[in-house]
Amino acid sequence: MSVSRRTLLKTSAIAMGHWLAPLPAFATREDANAAIIATFGDRPLQEGRVSVQIPAISENGYSVPMTVEVDSPMTEADHVVRISIFAEENPIPNVAHFELRPETGIARVQTRIRLAASQRVRAVAEMSDGSLWTSYTFSIVTLAACVL
Amino acid sequence: MPLSWLSWKLTSLTRLAGVRRAGCLILTLLASLTQAEDILSFSANPDLDASMVRSGYRFLTPETRSLQDDDFANPGYLWVDQGRQQFHDSGCNACHQEGALTGAATRYPQLDPELGLINLEARINQCVEDRLERPALKYESHALLSLSAYITNLSKGRPYQIIVTGAAEPHFTAGREYFFSRRGQLNLACNQCHDDNWGRMLRGDKISQGHPNAYPGYRLEWQTLGSLHRRIQDCDTGIRARPFPPGSTEYTQLELYLAWRARQLGLESPGVRR
Amino acid sequence: MNTIRLAVPDKATRGEIIEIKAMIQHEMESGHRPDEYGRPIPRFIIKHFECRYNDRVVFRAEFFPAIAANPFLSFFTRATESGTLEFRWIDQDGGVATELVELEVD
Repeated sequence: MSVSRRTLLKTSAIAMGHWLAPLPAFATREDANAAIIATFGDRPLQEGRVSVQIPAISENGYSVPMTVEVDSPMTEADHVVRISIFAEENPIPNVAHFELRPETGIARVQTRIRLAASQRVRAVAEMSDGSLWTSYTFSIVTLAACVL
Repeated sequence: MPLSWLSWKLTSLTRLAGVRRAGCLILTLLASLTQAEDILSFSANPDLDASMVRSGYRFLTPETRSLQDDDFANPGYLWVDQGRQQFHDSGCNACHQEGALTGAATRYPQLDPELGLINLEARINQCVEDRLERPALKYESHALLSLSAYITNLSKGRPYQIIVTGAAEPHFTAGREYFFSRRGQLNLACNQCHDDNWGRMLRGDKISQGHPNAYPGYRLEWQTLGSLHRRIQDCDTGIRARPFPPGSTEYTQLELYLAWRARQLGLESPGVRR
Repeated sequence: MNTIRLAVPDKATRGEIIEIKAMIQHEMESGHRPDEYGRPIPRFIIKHFECRYNDRVVFRAEFFPAIAANPFLSFFTRATESGTLEFRWIDQDGGVATELVELEVD
């Protein structure tokens, strides 16, 4: 069989029309940094102690399982006060804030998040001594929630 | 020129370019074109080989599977819980003892002497109207989805027990015909994806066999629970065909064929799907 | 009324750290999605979650539109005494959903 030139052109035209459909504006890494500063103030961030677990490949950006965990003894003297999650390329970088107490015991929170594109998800943890810790994990999103 | 090569090339190109949906469309279109030459050879329409039947569950990532398997975190159970509550609050339990409807969902669609071929949703509505003397629940409404999810969940793990012979046979034949009929602007039939190409990639997605046993199910793309008919509408929309309304005879007949085709699979509702 | 699902152990020993899971039925409409005519669907999300243990806040969360529909949370707390756990979700318009669970500690 053969494909006529007309059919192929028609095919491409339909595909292009879809491609050109407007997409919502995405945030950038700078927007995420700005959101972190808005949340915690312009204070030094140290790498480590906090980890974000999301699948390396998310088959659907509408529901991505996420676990955030902080290495902390969770005592009165030394505990996690707050954890914030930022998705660098979502329309809004903020995802969630969690407030913890010494009696939380284990600094681990799970939820399900939306990812508008393959991107880095960052966590920032604030400790009772005021120090800030951060890390990120990358996830490839095969069905990006282009319309979240 | 071999079109399979071209379609591969185009998908990899679009993937590289980060184009979201265009690649998917080009692939489906080309798939429909490449198969045009086979149009005579599949007029015999063989049904999916029973030994090949695999639940859609097996085409999911480990994360999505574990979401379905988690009796707490599977969001579909929000509807099951609500349905159980409704079942008691609206007086269904005046006739149906707790657990008496276990296995009931496996017997739908079925032939009703007055209503013709009906699925579980239609049976629930018959009860609501005739016994509870209330207006029928709208298809795809929260109330009907909750009840059907609760009742279907009572049959979790059980295989279909439907009848496709005798008076039901014309419906079965019509459903089967629907499955093998090309439709829509993309001119695709259900079997071209779900019999001939299951297990292959349609861009980022693995094509499943198109079984109904997860429904009413929680679809991540919907971000909510929905009926099988809503799912079929999405397929029809995907191939740019005009979808039938949920609860229509056409979809109920197709549901009968799909249930027969998946007959050895256990019901999974509330399943979780992409 | 939004359906709520809670997983809390019935019993715990004093000092034990228990896992709590909470899920609520809610569309979490992000405000980024267009309807079938291309008009944006207005945002409607749950904004705050709170867990109180005998009236003391033990865990709090603030949500943005990137929290998936039917928000699910799992977190921990230390069982200190028998009493009531109160779960409270507050949407952007101030609408509240709550549920109570009794916890026995010995």
